[in-house]
Amino acid sequence: MGQRNEAQLGVKEGDFSYVDRARLIEALKSAVPPECLLVQQEDLRPYECDGLSIYRQVPMAVVLPRTEEQVVAVLKACHHLKAPVVARGAGTGLSGGALPHAHGVVLSLARFNRILDVDAHARIAVVQPGVRNLAISEAAAPHGLYYAPDPSSQIACTIGGNVAENAGGVHCLKYGLTVQNVLRVRGVTIEGEIVEIGGRGPDTPGYDLLALMHGSEGMLAVNTEITVRLTPKPQLARCVLASFDDVAKAGDAVAAVIAAGIIPAGLEMMDQPATAAVEQFVHAGYNLEAAAILLCESDGTPEEVAEEIERMRVVLEASGATEIRISGDEAERLKFWAGRKAAFPAAGRISADYYCMDGTIPRKRVGEMLLAIQGMEKKYGLRCINVFHAGDGNMHPLILFDANRPGELDRAEAFGADILELSVALGGTITGEHGVGVEKINQMCSQFTTAEIGAFFRLKGAFDPDGLLNPGKAIPTLNRCAEYGRLRVSNGQLPHPELERF
Amino acid sequence: MNSQIREWCDRIRLAGQSGTALELRGGGTKAFYGHAPEGEVLDTRAWRGVDSYEPTELVITLRAGTPLTEVAEVLAERGQELPFEPPAFGEGATIGGVVAAGLSGPRRMAVGSLRDFVLGCRIVDGKGEVMRFGGQVMKNVAGYDVSRLMAGSMGTLALMLDVSLKVLPRPVADFSLRFEIDQATAINRLNQWGGQPLPIAASFWHEGALYLRLAGAGAAVEAAVRSLGGEALGDDDATRLWREVREQTHPFFGGEAPLWRLSLPTDAPPQAVTGATALEWGGAQRWLRGEHDAVALRKAVAAAGGHATLFRGGDKSVGVFHPLSPVVARINRRIKTALDPHGVFGPGRLYRED
Repeated sequence: MGQRNEAQLGVKEGDFSYVDRARLIEALKSAVPPECLLVQQEDLRPYECDGLSIYRQVPMAVVLPRTEEQVVAVLKACHHLKAPVVARGAGTGLSGGALPHAHGVVLSLARFNRILDVDAHARIAVVQPGVRNLAISEAAAPHGLYYAPDPSSQIACTIGGNVAENAGGVHCLKYGLTVQNVLRVRGVTIEGEIVEIGGRGPDTPGYDLLALMHGSEGMLAVNTEITVRLTPKPQLARCVLASFDDVAKAGDAVAAVIAAGIIPAGLEMMDQPATAAVEQFVHAGYNLEAAAILLCESDGTPEEVAEEIERMRVVLEASGATEIRISGDEAERLKFWAGRKAAFPAAGRISADYYCMDGTIPRKRVGEMLLAIQGMEKKYGLRCINVFHAGDGNMHPLILFDANRPGELDRAEAFGADILELSVALGGTITGEHGVGVEKINQMCSQFTTAEIGAFFRLKGAFDPDGLLNPGKAIPTLNRCAEYGRLRVSNGQLPHPELERF
Repeated sequence: MNSQIREWCDRIRLAGQSGTALELRGGGTKAFYGHAPEGEVLDTRAWRGVDSYEPTELVITLRAGTPLTEVAEVLAERGQELPFEPPAFGEGATIGGVVAAGLSGPRRMAVGSLRDFVLGCRIVDGKGEVMRFGGQVMKNVAGYDVSRLMAGSMGTLALMLDVSLKVLPRPVADFSLRFEIDQATAINRLNQWGGQPLPIAASFWHEGALYLRLAGAGAAVEAAVRSLGGEALGDDDATRLWREVREQTHPFFGGEAPLWRLSLPTDAPPQAVTGATALEWGGAQRWLRGEHDAVALRKAVAAAGGHATLFRGGDKSVGVFHPLSPVVARINRRIKTALDPHGVFGPGRLYRED
């Protein structure tokens, strides 16, 4: 498979080539027991990428600490040697946020996998960062509670990674993102100091560091303990499956549902190529004639759900749905969802490789975006299937390509970059829930001005003055933006003339 | 650039050069909160109005000087609202002040806090640079979440020009109940109910009476009213009660005695203190009246996993806000410097040693 490593990324973000591998390994040996340290090439290889496997880089070492004291010791050692540290959870991220640094250490939190406390009365769970998202809901289930944010990778992804990316899911319009469901993060700074952010209460004094930690992509501190809020499980959920003969009509139907004062528990859209792809192997029963389908879910008490489903049906019919089906039981509801949840694997079945985008745009621009994507399919000679969280405008176009065919990876990336640029132009953002990582770092230059990027670096400096935590991710240097040709300058001033251009 | 904004940018730049402090001020209704404001007043009310409002996008973008009453009216016309029900605390409150104070009202535990609804903002930093963070979409993880950092920063980080907020439709049904129970029983009940899928929107306990507000789909509220029991409140009484609780015009909040706010886990036992007590937010927000030993109170509250604020009145020399750990305090100072390097905005409003 075609891939990118640091050299191919083009621009060096900061030079850490001074890090001496032997000295670094020596220092790590005194920080953790031997079974927590990997240094052989064959042991390092499994860590060379995360869920975005087109970027690969073998690190100098991987540490798998078991205790917070060991995390402190590792960070102190790296801080002393000024070596980069990349924290890693399950490695399911889709933006290369956990891509190792060639001159650095990967700090895996995989062994921090214990649920420390489930307090059913206070509806709070205290967990270690390596606990899987779904495991929290499983532990809370006997109490009639669950952890609400449900990214599609929830069987594998960890809560530590969810905090780092501010993960969403299909239910976040109603139940919020990770940031709205976490009460406290305990972490370690690069200097090896323990930092407690938040508590068991609803808020904390001082600036909202908890908000800042969410989506910070491991660049501010390394989490060692997370307190989450648990939510009572709704008694019942039912789903409406609506078909449309036109994608714009489906888009308008989404707006009409919201305009009617309904906040669905989930509101998802798939276009025809996407339904065709999934039907081949899940048989969710989607109408293959439809240009687009909507999945619209209601949850709550039986009375509440009956009332809301009826309101949804009326609105969807008035919006021109050609067919409406309402799940009669839980098995049918899960069948409706099976297709949506299988979209990514289905893309993998019909194509050698696929590239998942994550732009969020105002809902009303969805039709425009889909049309533009059709144009891009012709321009780049690649197919794209569209699934998205329609309720919050978060789109996941899946660009299909074959990396073994010369030039296709490059075309797929250019296609993706076009979608991201258009997301910004339509008043949206380049990433809704997958993070910037290394993948979308160039497009950050389109979304933010040099002043804003400067502010991001200063905020990072408030936690990590030497810039050792996950360098080269999320926030582009101004040199990189100059190279990418997308220096955005506010107030009509000239682009930074002091910067070297090449 | 707009001439008003340019004037403010110039003024902020000059203030930085001359070492002048600026008090960012809207309606001034929350001047009582935090340490006393210092510096020349920069009145944000010159920058007001609704920049954009898309009911079907559930987003409104407002200039900071827009009066809260105007925001509520604009939203109500389309059957929507700010569900976190921010207190105005007087005539003339602006949305900028509301976000800067970061305070949420009765429904906070059910719907989320003010900061949860902040989607984006445009600010002027301490060097007079206009910057934009976040946006008008629900999901956005590009760059650090600077917009939410503005919530509760009390005008100490940057001048907020515009803010985009998520809005929601008003609940179809809203109904309140009253129960005669003591504080410990109320805390226990609220936690038990909190673990069930009930449409509980707000709660207020004071002097042996617990008020419970239910909101949501009509059928859900009706079913909950049937199963919970209690005594029904008339709609007018309910509306008045929740307004009085939100605006602190309820008799509990009257008089001159200091008012402490405790933020606690919902199930924390009642504090062993004398004086009047009230609780809200399912037990997570508690109010104490009277003179309390700040050090002892904060120690007890911290041990329970929360923090204590001297919300109104009293001797502020004990510190209005709960002291921060040395590491967190250092990060707070560095964040302040990152956005306001010359210390122009609201010095000492949060912590005196700033």
